[in-house]
Amino acid sequence: MAGAASEALRVKYTALCIAAIVLVVGLPLWWKTTETYRASLPYSQISKLDTLQLHLTLSVDVVFAKGCLTGEQQRRLPATQSREKEVTLNSKTSFLRRYEFKYRGATAQEEVALGTHNLPETDEELHWLNKASVGSLFVYIIPEASSLLAQGVSGYIGKHRAAVLKAAWDQGLRTEDILTVLLGKVEQIVQAMAFTDDTISTALSDRVPIGLFNKDAFADNRRAFKSNLGYEITFSLLNPDPKYHDLHWNIEAAVDNYIQPFLDKLAFVANFSVDSQILYYVILGVTPRYEKSTSSYTLKVNSLPHVINPLEARLGSGAASLYPVLNFLLYVPEHSHSPLYLQNMDGSRVTTNAFHSPRWGGIMVYNVDNRDEGYRTFPLHVDIDMVPVMEVFLTQLRLLFGISKVSMPEDVHLASPGTEGLTDWELDRLLWTRTVENIATVSGTLTSLAQLLDQIGNIVINDNVASEVYHAVDSVQAAMLELEAGRLESAFRASKDAITSSEKAFFDPSLLHLLYFPDDQKFAIYIPLFLPMAVPILLSLIKIAKEQKQRTKEPTKND
Amino acid sequence: MAAVRLLGLVSSVCLVLLRPGGSSEGEGKRPGGVGDWAAEGFRVPQFPEVGDGLREELVIAPLQSGDVAATFQFRTRWDSELLRKKVSHYRLFPKALGQVISKYSVQELHLSFTHGFWRSRSWGHPFLQAPAGAELWVWFQDSVSNVDQTWKELTNILSGIFCASLNFIDSTNTVTPTASFKPLGLSNVTDHRLLRYAILPREIVCTENLTPWKKLLPCGSRAGLAVLLKAERLFHSSYHSQAVHIRPVCRDAQCLSVSWELRQTLTVVFDMFSTGQGRRDWSLFKMFTRTGLEACPLASQSKIYVDLSSKDQENKLFDVSPPPTSVQEVSFQGDRRQYAIFDLQDRELFNSSRNLNIMLKWKGLQEKGEPLAPVLYTERYISGYGLQKGELNTVVYNHHLYRAFPIIFMETVPWYLRLYVHTLVITTKGKENKPSYIHYQPAKDRLQPHLLEMLIQLPANSATKITVQFERALLKWTEYPPDPNHGFYVSPSTVSALIPSVIGMKTDSMEERPLFTTLFPSSDDSSYFVRLYTEPLLVNLPTPDFSMPYNVICLTCTVVAVGYGSFYNLLTRTFQREEPRTGGLARRLANTIRKLRGVPPL
Repeated sequence: MAGAASEALRVKYTALCIAAIVLVVGLPLWWKTTETYRASLPYSQISKLDTLQLHLTLSVDVVFAKGCLTGEQQRRLPATQSREKEVTLNSKTSFLRRYEFKYRGATAQEEVALGTHNLPETDEELHWLNKASVGSLFVYIIPEASSLLAQGVSGYIGKHRAAVLKAAWDQGLRTEDILTVLLGKVEQIVQAMAFTDDTISTALSDRVPIGLFNKDAFADNRRAFKSNLGYEITFSLLNPDPKYHDLHWNIEAAVDNYIQPFLDKLAFVANFSVDSQILYYVILGVTPRYEKSTSSYTLKVNSLPHVINPLEARLGSGAASLYPVLNFLLYVPEHSHSPLYLQNMDGSRVTTNAFHSPRWGGIMVYNVDNRDEGYRTFPLHVDIDMVPVMEVFLTQLRLLFGISKVSMPEDVHLASPGTEGLTDWELDRLLWTRTVENIATVSGTLTSLAQLLDQIGNIVINDNVASEVYHAVDSVQAAMLELEAGRLESAFRASKDAITSSEKAFFDPSLLHLLYFPDDQKFAIYIPLFLPMAVPILLSLIKIAKEQKQRTKEPTKND
Repeated sequence: MAAVRLLGLVSSVCLVLLRPGGSSEGEGKRPGGVGDWAAEGFRVPQFPEVGDGLREELVIAPLQSGDVAATFQFRTRWDSELLRKKVSHYRLFPKALGQVISKYSVQELHLSFTHGFWRSRSWGHPFLQAPAGAELWVWFQDSVSNVDQTWKELTNILSGIFCASLNFIDSTNTVTPTASFKPLGLSNVTDHRLLRYAILPREIVCTENLTPWKKLLPCGSRAGLAVLLKAERLFHSSYHSQAVHIRPVCRDAQCLSVSWELRQTLTVVFDMFSTGQGRRDWSLFKMFTRTGLEACPLASQSKIYVDLSSKDQENKLFDVSPPPTSVQEVSFQGDRRQYAIFDLQDRELFNSSRNLNIMLKWKGLQEKGEPLAPVLYTERYISGYGLQKGELNTVVYNHHLYRAFPIIFMETVPWYLRLYVHTLVITTKGKENKPSYIHYQPAKDRLQPHLLEMLIQLPANSATKITVQFERALLKWTEYPPDPNHGFYVSPSTVSALIPSVIGMKTDSMEERPLFTTLFPSSDDSSYFVRLYTEPLLVNLPTPDFSMPYNVICLTCTVVAVGYGSFYNLLTRTFQREEPRTGGLARRLANTIRKLRGVPPL
């Protein structure tokens, strides 16, 4: 009897042991061997990125020329002053902008520069003296009596990073009052030269629902290309009628003179490549309407969207690179449809005869002079005048990069950008928004990657991808720190690095290797193994449990 | 000593193939420095006119079998120092291809898509044959450091441009031939490590490949000869081959600067017997269902050539209407041929009728009898039975009556057919024919295919049979393509030869000659270059049952479960001897009987 009892005990222990071994060793082993490899990722940092709190610091040197302030006022002038404003777009997106004004008197050299009467020269001189770094600004205050600015002009923004303002206040005011009067003006200029709340908000527009922004800024943002590492610019001459028109354009020289200086200036922002081509027998998707009164053909602006799609098929967008393509098309209408003019909704002609399509490019219609066709032989040799064409294209190019005209009070003058087509502060403006946009994009990419990994267990993350993610996180944090410190150039660089790494990680093909391996198939494969193993174990466990129950019941009965 | 002689012979043949213009008596002479080809008198293609240019041409040749072959050639020239400048401006040359050339530092690119097989035996030599499926061979510039990587990227880009499966080109079907493929254009690279060659015999050519090809033409399909290229007719034919050839050529006679030449060729063979109720008459309208031709306004030359030569030189057997602009004799492929030329830029041609519909009518009796076989043609087949071993057979015929000539034979075999090179036998007229040069690169499983190149001398009027045995390998179950029972393709082998001419060819300037004669640079008048492709082969490999992996999993799991189950039972059950009970039917029965008998019960 004792032997039987000990035997039953042994059986019980054996069953429990086997169950324990299966649970403790077998299951983890199976789990481990069938697991998809996933390197560790900085999830906590990524989730912190999800709530973006940007600090943007812009340092502005406010320099008072001699004669602006009395000695008393000068003495009471604080060394620095800052203005902050926090903007909250939604619960997860907010930014704090901070203008740091540094006040000082002009140095002797600056006085000399401000003493000349030629504004552009002064501008150059001041730029040479200060060598303002990317993202910083100088505002010079000159006495009202100074002849540097003409009568009725209260301010001037130069080609570089300096602006000149006339001191227009009552001499008897206290310094604090002067500063409040001055700051309103300076802030206006600074916002034009660097960033406003609106431009930063629109740069963050991907994170917040539409409808929260200023309409104009939003339209600008929609028109401009997203921040990218490179762009391909293609100029195409469309000749639908080679039988009648033999077109020649000197695109080489035009690109060298107009486009290349602009791109050289922007080289810091992205890589550019420029191509040109001539396409024949390309037709517009719409038929222009004949106007009897002017014996010309017109295209209404609202029919222009139908023009692009049929053209697109022939353009042969860049097969050899992954960068977005900016198309600039010069369309010379067919002999039977010329001259062709674009018409606004109100019936007036579009002066440039050109239009642009947001995030795609621009089209310009170029009419060939056909009047004295009576004694000409076909095909007509036409040399295209590249100056007006390139002016239009350059304007469109600026728009597509998001360099818009700034709104200024009437009495503040702007320096013309010169041959480069872009002033230093316009570049800064672009960099501010691009940096913010990059940071927003990276945080979006990383959080969606983390989300994806959370939702789909089959995604493999190898060490390569993991290191890219780490690099992206580090860079984006660095970019935010640099922004806070007001170092725009390094902030932009870091944000560019971050975007490169995050895109590389997100679009790595290795992520997809095991993506399609549904759970039901896994189940089907393992059931022949699990079922015969689990059934005996479960049965004996149930038996043991039953016995245990009975045994605990029996003593209570006795009592 | 023998080795030295062999080397000499090889180098001389290479020299001839490489520089067809080089003097043929330069046999013993090693090629000098690469740069001094001009001094050696090597004639490069000459094009006197300057500036970008387009020439288009259609050659219609009635074949001996009664079919009609139409070959379109479009040549776009681009005067650009592509490799030095960053900004590129395109006028006639397509931007898509120009970008590819400059990005991947391509020296020469040859890509063809072919549907059907050119039957050399009954159709004669084509201007340019292409193997069935897709073929791509590219010479890279010597500035390319990682050729394999560049090749991989290039094939992916091209597959996007031409909507083809060129992205399936990988190391398992790419080879680097040492002697068969030499640059066709201006070149000072002869290091074959810069060459990559691949064939995809499985590729099916259809409209989606034709459309991007037409898009590369400056006039598109809206003007010029390309108007005739209607997909519904082109793919309703016995043979369709379209190709793109890019090569650098001399800009002018001095050859101080380089131009790029893009040659787009399209060859199609129509079976006129079956579609024309047994008559061999043809017309442009019958073949292409289109007329209304006019020259592309951008083209500097736009011509249609009709081959008038027949076996019977004396009496013309057919009429061509309308009357051609001129008739020209062209020496081509060692033969003098007569061509009627229709110049589309000549206004007089359109004077009689608005629609140009070139027609050919046969007079009286039609030619009968066996078509005359060309000088060189090939046959290939697989022999053997079962799924383990087999034999590749290639027969190369030299029909030249009195001249022997060498050929370079190249064979690419996928790794899953394991070639036994010791079984390689070459026999001519019952005797063994020893190749004077063999280059064999064995396959590596899943990495590279077999490459066999041989230089074989073909005696006059002979058939040479090349056989080699192979064994079929077993693939992993994931390596089988869809529909594996269809079989596996073995890509066509190539035969490159310099065939002695029957006539002395005039070596006039390139520009005066029709386009179809200028693809292979040749100015040697005693021979002409031909490259033939054999048929692709279809081999059956042992194919497993593809539900096998699941069966294996089930089986192993069951075995494990059975083993585990008995083990578990042994460990957890107690075995006791059961006391026999009174029951049991047999026993009770026996006891009743015993009782009756009066015997004590059990």
